[in-house]
Amino acid sequence: MDKKAILLTALLGAAGTALIAPAVVAEQAISPERLEQGKALAFDRFKGNCLACHWIEGGELTGNYGPPLVAMKIRYPDREALREQIWDAAIKNPHTRMPPFGRNRILTEEEIDLVTDFIHSL
Amino acid sequence: MKKLIVACFLTVMMASAHATPEQDRLALRAFFQERFPKLDLNEMINGLYAFDEGAREQWLEMEDFPPYEIAIEEGEEAFNKPFANGKTYADCFANGGMGVKQDFPYFDVGTGEIITMEYAINKCRTDNDEEPLPWLVGELAQIAAYMAYTSRGNKMNVVIPDDPRALAAYEAGKEYYYTRRGQLEFACENCHMQSAGMMLRADRLSGMLGQATHWPVYRSKWGEIGTIQKRFQECNSQVRAKPYEAQSQEYRQLEYFLSYMSNGMELNGPASRR
Ligand code: HEC
Ligand code: HEC
Repeated sequence: MDKKAILLTALLGAAGTALIAPAVVAEQAISPERLEQGKALAFDRFKGNCLACHWIEGGELTGNYGPPLVAMKIRYPDREALREQIWDAAIKNPHTRMPPFGRNRILTEEEIDLVTDFIHSL
Repeated sequence: MKKLIVACFLTVMMASAHATPEQDRLALRAFFQERFPKLDLNEMINGLYAFDEGAREQWLEMEDFPPYEIAIEEGEEAFNKPFANGKTYADCFANGGMGVKQDFPYFDVGTGEIITMEYAINKCRTDNDEEPLPWLVGELAQIAAYMAYTSRGNKMNVVIPDDPRALAAYEAGKEYYYTRRGQLEFACENCHMQSAGMMLRADRLSGMLGQATHWPVYRSKWGEIGTIQKRFQECNSQVRAKPYEAQSQEYRQLEYFLSYMSNGMELNGPASRR
């Protein structure tokens, strides 16, 4: 429904970032196993439980409490910014309605890295 | 983390500094009317079904054979059964306990306590040398269901008397609703104001307005009728916060505040929810 608008905002954001960031660095390949592990953690109700709030490709019965997670590389050219969003969404938005997965140790640092790689691949 | 909680708390409190309970209530109604311009706010006594046509149809079908009907019958029987000393519940309540739910919770000027309906039912028992009943489900919830049923159609009328302790209890309940807690750091308002009408997984979220009009509730997930404080505990657990004891001071204050927010709305308990 809002996908177009979301993509547009995302692209505009990306254009802004491109001015200050060096051209997208050649990607290091992330192994399919790693992406699978990240996906499993993101979808697991007792781990990331991201689907409770986010539409993610391949997820069932997804909530719409938060925005759909699409075109993540365009919106987060910088993987670290995405990781920070997952680690503690309150850094960017003090009124956030997303749990601070890293700060409150809902996920371990390694788990957050895995989830970040998976979300970044979307 | 503490800093964050304090910061959030301050914004809320600042936004409503010196607001009277009545101003809070009107502001809440305005909030929901602005969020849902086409919604008849009176519909919010039906919780999530005010926002969800599909779920609403299924719910109305369920209401043809209300799953809480047995609880009302059992509650009526228990209500009318005399205590060992010959007295009955009717002796403990105004109007014999019939059609009085709209006045609960109330502030007892004598003891300074917030008296919820469940609290009053158990107090009636202990005053008459009977053992108190468990708070959340079972006979107590059934009696509350019967008493709520006799109050259907009345308008919620929670009073905050001119007593600083009553206002303090209301403010404490309000603070509870707006304070982030648990490992997930959510306040009640994050889900029931900012996200009302949205989906948390398969659950459509109800709004804060009208949340107190229809208790106790038969939930399919519980498979029985339960009190509002059972729901408080569940919502606390959901964000991995430690729930308070049923009928603790904190929960009675929370219920006092939440019920005041529903003032003027029609009582429609007991109700069913998925
Ligand atoms: C209980 C709700 C909830 C859960 C669970 C949740 N999120 Fe979020 N998320 C949100 C909300 C709401 C936002 C919107 C921004 C805000 O409120 O800070 C958001 C925003 C985001 C964003 C930023 C999107 C953008 O457009 O910039 C990302 C990325 C994200 N979430 C990833 C995740 C991942 C990964 C998980 C699981 C590990 C997760 N979220 C779990 C509620 C949630
Ligand atoms: C993470 C989200 C979340 C938080 C935070 C939350 N709740 Fe809930 N609450 C729910 C869900 C999901 C339901 C079931 C769907 C519904 O009826 O809204 C619910 C239901 C309720 C209901 C029953 C509504 C009805 O019509 O039967 C009440 C009352 C309630 N919550 C009160 C609270 C209070 C008080 C708090 C804070 C202590 C709170 N909630 C915090 C998610 C939440």
